[in-house]
Amino acid sequence: MNNARENILNHLRTNRKTNTPLPEAIFPEDNWEREHKITQISERMQAVHTEVHRIPTDGMAEWFQQQLPLRKLNRVLLGDNELANTIESSMPPSIQVTRYLRDIEEWKQELFQDIDAGITSTFGAIAETGSLILWPNHEEPRLMSLVPPIHIAVLKADDIYVSFAEAIDKQQWGNYMPANALLISGPSKTADIEQTLVYGVHGPRQLIVLILE
Amino acid sequence: MQQTESFKKRIDKALHNEQARINFRSGMSGLMTKRATQFNDDQELQNMRDHARAIRSYSLSHLPELLEQLEQKLVSNGIQVHWAENSKQANEIIYQILKKADAKTVVKGKSMVSEETGLNEYLEHKDIEILESDLGEFIIQLAKEMPSHIVMPAIHKNCKEVAELFKKHFPDLPYTENIEELTLMARNILRDKFVKADAGISGVNFAVAETGTLCLVENEGNGRMSTTTPNLHIAITGIEKVVARLSDVPPLFSILTKSALGQPITAYFNMISRPRPANEKDGPQHVHLVLLDNRRSQIRMDDELLDTLRCIRCGSCINHCPVYVQLGGHAYGTVYPGPIGSVLEPQRLGLDKIGALTSACTLCGACGEVCPVQIPLPKLINRLRAESVNSQRSEAQISGKGSLRKMLEANTWVLWKWIYANPGLYRVFRWAARRFRKLSPNRLGGWTQYRTAPVPAAKSLQQLAREEGFSNE
Repeated sequence: MNNARENILNHLRTNRKTNTPLPEAIFPEDNWEREHKITQISERMQAVHTEVHRIPTDGMAEWFQQQLPLRKLNRVLLGDNELANTIESSMPPSIQVTRYLRDIEEWKQELFQDIDAGITSTFGAIAETGSLILWPNHEEPRLMSLVPPIHIAVLKADDIYVSFAEAIDKQQWGNYMPANALLISGPSKTADIEQTLVYGVHGPRQLIVLILE
Repeated sequence: MQQTESFKKRIDKALHNEQARINFRSGMSGLMTKRATQFNDDQELQNMRDHARAIRSYSLSHLPELLEQLEQKLVSNGIQVHWAENSKQANEIIYQILKKADAKTVVKGKSMVSEETGLNEYLEHKDIEILESDLGEFIIQLAKEMPSHIVMPAIHKNCKEVAELFKKHFPDLPYTENIEELTLMARNILRDKFVKADAGISGVNFAVAETGTLCLVENEGNGRMSTTTPNLHIAITGIEKVVARLSDVPPLFSILTKSALGQPITAYFNMISRPRPANEKDGPQHVHLVLLDNRRSQIRMDDELLDTLRCIRCGSCINHCPVYVQLGGHAYGTVYPGPIGSVLEPQRLGLDKIGALTSACTLCGACGEVCPVQIPLPKLINRLRAESVNSQRSEAQISGKGSLRKMLEANTWVLWKWIYANPGLYRVFRWAARRFRKLSPNRLGGWTQYRTAPVPAAKSLQQLAREEGFSNE
């Protein structure tokens, strides 16, 4: 099968094409005011069925304390970091907290069946398109934002960039790419039957974003 | 000419499928309207198209170097790379990977390249259960059909047809025509499969050489499921999908979703650069990429036809094609339908196999106008038409060149050329055409099936002009 590689490359090399120049990367103006970025991202996200709340940073624990019981989200999934510690420490006893501490192979069925909501941080966000940036890691694994029917994401207002290009540039993605980098721009959706939009196909049915100011 | 006859039969069948035609009409109108809402500034759209085109042209002109760089980066990231010259090799490679991992059940994210290789059928013969997880692909897999559109594979079906299909395959579930309930049913059926699957297979939208990153664009989350939940992930892509830099991704991604769906962005953009690191808790521990040629390197040899490979598979040429909207995707009989299919498939499979597709085009130009990477589709269709009837040895290395040449047609044109190039002969011809106009044939094959035959005028244009007083011809 190793011949395939050489055959293909040799075929491609025999026809050296005229050197087309690489276009300059485009950077949109990134001089948006902080407030403008927050309102833009909120509008964009709400337009695709995402719930957005602006709350003061020190009010976050309280939000979870009130909202989880109110929304009957009794079984929540947390990661293994500072954010998870803060949320868990103020959680009412009625809420059952699961921490994502084991390899997925050990509890796949449980993750799919016994969790109401996954709570994660974010690596940043993009105002122009209303997107969250997630770089899942050992503290917050990949499936936390995908398998539970509801995903609650915590975003720091200072981490919002204007565009995807700006985020790649300023966060220097080119230096190191994680196993998985994600843009999440709303709950899972489909329009595969008669172009009728339905939310919640394979991923979360609901996306809730808390913007901390 | 057998291909022409069978294409005509498929066309006839498609035109008599009333329900599918209604579904296509409303589907395409919806997609066109939505796309238009994303591009309200013509100049900005043009700038975006110029940029996207330049990125893709660079990729094609530096293809061997970029592929080597991509391979080197992926391998150093821990992703295994395989090369396949054709469908058979690609399927075999994938089967061997699955066999080695003892994988019996596979969930699949949407991949047109895997349709191209006939992967599902191949693996089913080897007793591997392979399940499409994109809702549209899931539906047509149940129906044992081909995708009728590259982005919306089940666009030819309405909710009633889907409801009946579900009832047939899942008789224990309640019958419903409600689209939300049908979607929820599919969610539940497939969630169970995601938990149990041994491997996931996906396509790739862009492969970034700079960082060794595979990018997947989707709305449903099935792509993320297929590439994250099982312990083995195999991605398959055409060699042309590589781009040089990470900074090339945002402009291509943006124009792709706007052109394809009229969405500013999709729900998920999934970038995979390595298998699960030792300290992480999920994601596949083994990731493979299969790079498929399937005559792409051959297409690249031709300086004009090379443009075919710029395609980013948005489907907007299909959505805007007045022929596709009447016929739907199945009439083409190929994996890729519509304008891009009519250009790509004859080059991939041979003009002698499927060159007749180019004859369905009206050359209206709509596809070329909307293409986000400015592929001159009408020009390429015309070129392939010429190649399919050309007797002279042209430079082009397309299999089946000249295979649609008909002696009568070819000789008629030779005769016409001769008459038209000789003023004396032309005058005799004109005189005869008018004098014996009553004798002109009234049956002209397909032309007179729905129209009356043209009859030469009693007076020539030259004569009429002279009578009107135009002295100088």
